[in-house]
Amino acid sequence: MTVILSEVRTGAYHDSVVLMQLQRALLELPGVLDAGAVMGTEANKDLLSQVGLLTPEAQQAQADDLVIVVKAKDEAAARQALAQVDTLLAQRRSRVAQTFRPKSVESAVNTVPHARWVLISVPGRYAAGVAREALRLERHVFLYSDNVPLEEEIALKREAARKGLLVMGPDCGTALINGVGLGFANRVRRGPIGLVAASGTGLQAVTARIHQLGSGITHGIGTGGRDLSEAVGALTTLQALEVLARDPETQVIVLISKPPSPTVAERVLAAARATGKPVVVNFIGYTPPGAADGNLTFATTLGEAAALAVRLAQETDGTLEDEEGWPSFAEGQKYLRGLYSGGTLAYEALLLLRDMLPTVHANLHLEGVAPLENPMASVGHTVIDLGEDVFTVGRLHPMLDNDLRIRRLQQEADDPEVAVILMDVVLGYGAHPDPASELAPAIAQARERAAAAGRHLEVIVAVVGTDEDPQDLESQVAALRDAGAWVTTDHAQAVYRAGRLVRALDPAVGMRPVPLDAFHRPLAAINVGLEAFAESLTAQGAEVVHVDWRPPAGGNARLMALLERMKGR
Amino acid sequence: MSVDIERANAEAVERMMEARPVLVGMGTAREVIPGMRDNLLLHAGPPITWERASGPLRGAIIGALIFEGLAKDEKQAIAMMEAGEIDLEPCHHHNAVGPMAGVISPSMAVYIVENKTHGNKTYSNLNEGYGKVLRYGAYSEEVIQRLRWMNDVMAPVLADAIEAMEGLDIKALIAEAMHMGDEGHNRNKAGSFIYTTRLAPYIAKVAPNEEVAHDIIKFLGDNALSVLNPVMAACKAMADAAHGVEGSTLVTVMARNGTDFGLRVSGLGDQWFTAPAEIPKGLYFSGFKAEDANRDIGDSTITETAGIGGFAMAAAPAIVTFVSGTPQDAINATLEMYEITVAEHKYFTIPYLDFRGTPTGIDIRKVVEKGITPRINTGIAHKDPGVGQIGAGLVRPPMKIFEDALVAFAERYGF
Repeated sequence: MTVILSEVRTGAYHDSVVLMQLQRALLELPGVLDAGAVMGTEANKDLLSQVGLLTPEAQQAQADDLVIVVKAKDEAAARQALAQVDTLLAQRRSRVAQTFRPKSVESAVNTVPHARWVLISVPGRYAAGVAREALRLERHVFLYSDNVPLEEEIALKREAARKGLLVMGPDCGTALINGVGLGFANRVRRGPIGLVAASGTGLQAVTARIHQLGSGITHGIGTGGRDLSEAVGALTTLQALEVLARDPETQVIVLISKPPSPTVAERVLAAARATGKPVVVNFIGYTPPGAADGNLTFATTLGEAAALAVRLAQETDGTLEDEEGWPSFAEGQKYLRGLYSGGTLAYEALLLLRDMLPTVHANLHLEGVAPLENPMASVGHTVIDLGEDVFTVGRLHPMLDNDLRIRRLQQEADDPEVAVILMDVVLGYGAHPDPASELAPAIAQARERAAAAGRHLEVIVAVVGTDEDPQDLESQVAALRDAGAWVTTDHAQAVYRAGRLVRALDPAVGMRPVPLDAFHRPLAAINVGLEAFAESLTAQGAEVVHVDWRPPAGGNARLMALLERMKGR
Repeated sequence: MSVDIERANAEAVERMMEARPVLVGMGTAREVIPGMRDNLLLHAGPPITWERASGPLRGAIIGALIFEGLAKDEKQAIAMMEAGEIDLEPCHHHNAVGPMAGVISPSMAVYIVENKTHGNKTYSNLNEGYGKVLRYGAYSEEVIQRLRWMNDVMAPVLADAIEAMEGLDIKALIAEAMHMGDEGHNRNKAGSFIYTTRLAPYIAKVAPNEEVAHDIIKFLGDNALSVLNPVMAACKAMADAAHGVEGSTLVTVMARNGTDFGLRVSGLGDQWFTAPAEIPKGLYFSGFKAEDANRDIGDSTITETAGIGGFAMAAAPAIVTFVSGTPQDAINATLEMYEITVAEHKYFTIPYLDFRGTPTGIDIRKVVEKGITPRINTGIAHKDPGVGQIGAGLVRPPMKIFEDALVAFAERYGF
């Protein structure tokens, strides 16, 4: 049944053109059949009356009153439309060409709301304040300024990691984002190689060499020279590796730094392994454990790093997960549970996961893995080999009998702390004739139950088999995918994905994933400090707003301190 | 203690924007203004003594005492002031505002504006027009004669007309005038036309005869500042609605007395922060120059406080020549004020900026942090009493009062 609702706002004068646009915007809302937005003059009320929109309330309106009438297919639609009025009126941002230069990051953000990057090159003692402002406004920071105190750097980077933002720097001379150079950067072609660099000239030398060798760059993320120090703990480097791991265009990663402290090096290399992508590491002057270590390749010179990266990029098959496959979980979901039928696959999963996660429990013995006291009850991140004797007493091996795994799957799915379930499905002679026919419905049901409780349950399946197996690999994969599982035939890829997902959820790691959209949209930036940086962005075709910056409170230290305390409380 | 400044400011500016000032009537100052008494004169700006008062304010005080019949001439008026027989208090201590010297004496007719949203009332005197006028410190016979006509002939008719029309919504009038080239402080031409055309039919109806009706409508219509005083009272009503919000750093009063510039802050009660007022920069009428100018004077800065005036300069390209520039400078002036305000006005919008709301709600923190003081459009008074307006231009308050207020706020709230 159609419903007409009206609202009269006393003393709210608006220009008739504005009101006509409001009226048009209201008409575009779902369920709205007709709308009127006018000042309550007699002439306007006559007009409303002619189209059947003059409600008794509108009839009472005075010439100074704003009258909004909505005719909709039902009351809910009409109410929703009226609730939109303020938003619709506020949407009218200035599109007028303005030669005005904003005086602060805040008003620059108001001028160019889509600018996600803030370049800061003001004197060091003011730089942290500007960077804090940028983070407060949810913007990524390229911090060229030097002489920023170490404790400020740590505080900024912790805040950024908490918010899913990057602080590149301080003392960061170079970055390349989506084909645009920030600060000092060479003109290099786009390509499959991403960089994380604690050294500006190192980043320039490697990207230039990659270009010379005919390949190109996705993104080059600078971290600032102190990032890999013990004190800072490689916060930006870890975030950057995590971003490039998820970036579908980045197929090979190059990591450049002066030699980090041994504990930090270990953490960074674990994160590099966790990317699951080929990573060329050049810790300048660091003695590598060998030429290669899993997906890590060590280079001793910048040129060698570039050459290795180009070669590895040519070798990769280019099958990479896309951004859409990155789910979002509910509050409290944080753990991984691996439910394996194959012992060696479980073992391989543990080998990879123990380097990615703080603690992993298992019913297998392996150095660096915590033993699981009761194999029937998972603890934290747990990988279980269901082929162990304790499970197979009096029943068939899980490669033949899916019952035990299905029950365990439901048990894990009902645990509100579980985010990811990792499974193997082994095909071939002797195995269950059609495992997907039982597992797929169970997976679908487990995911539905979690969804009903407001959670996203990510089920990742690695299928081992061939197209000539009796179960038919292709149809098994298809059935599992239809059930909502993320399926691959590369077991390590499945483990890396599972590990990265829960790593991002782990409060001990303390990082919120940096959204990829800022890397994929055309670069728009706000520049505070050296005008040359703004000019070079403009020359590269990027959109930039230069802030007419002055020291806060005229540089008065006492007032600056007061203002700082009066913010964010 | 923890106070959420952002929330307090959001609340204060919401109250400022949602206030709905309506001109509800006229009255005699001693009867309607709270705390008004026979030996009291109200004046613009922060508190001041006769000794420190500037030329235009002294002239206006002299004129008011003659108008009241308390002094027969200048000499006697000065003697009374020097003897301390007459008290001086700011208009702002009595919910009132007055342009330039802003002197309101007990017998003067005043506008009564009521904020229909929050219920508070405010007051302002009647506008005398241009030339030799009391608000610029003139007190010659013609000035006193005009005041008497305004008080005895015009005010009763306006009172009846306003009653007959059941009040006039000044907020809606301001919003409409801003789409007609007014910024509400230096330019009130459109607003005064609207004001006159809205009142005229009722004046014609209630005036004792055609002659009086003619004189009043002509007086209002000839004066492009007719509506300034109701507009100021309306801004005062909006600013008062935002005053007294615990933890708010919003400015609720900016006012000058010709000697000092004064500031009040929503979350800091009735405390004034003052420093010597500046001399405005601007254009002078022929025959006058900067040396003739008095220090900044008047309560009309209540317009900027409420988000119009200099803050809405982009709405009034016609008067950019006063402040040195091109229409682009007018746009930039408004854009600059967004830097120091917490909101864009929901009801006062600027066509050229695609109907963006005016910058509203000055935050003392932003002023100090960015080193940008509010931009004020103002008339310029001659420093000698009785000469009148000699130009118009731009002035900014001294930064010191914002810094002092910030420090006081930090002490008051334990930052």
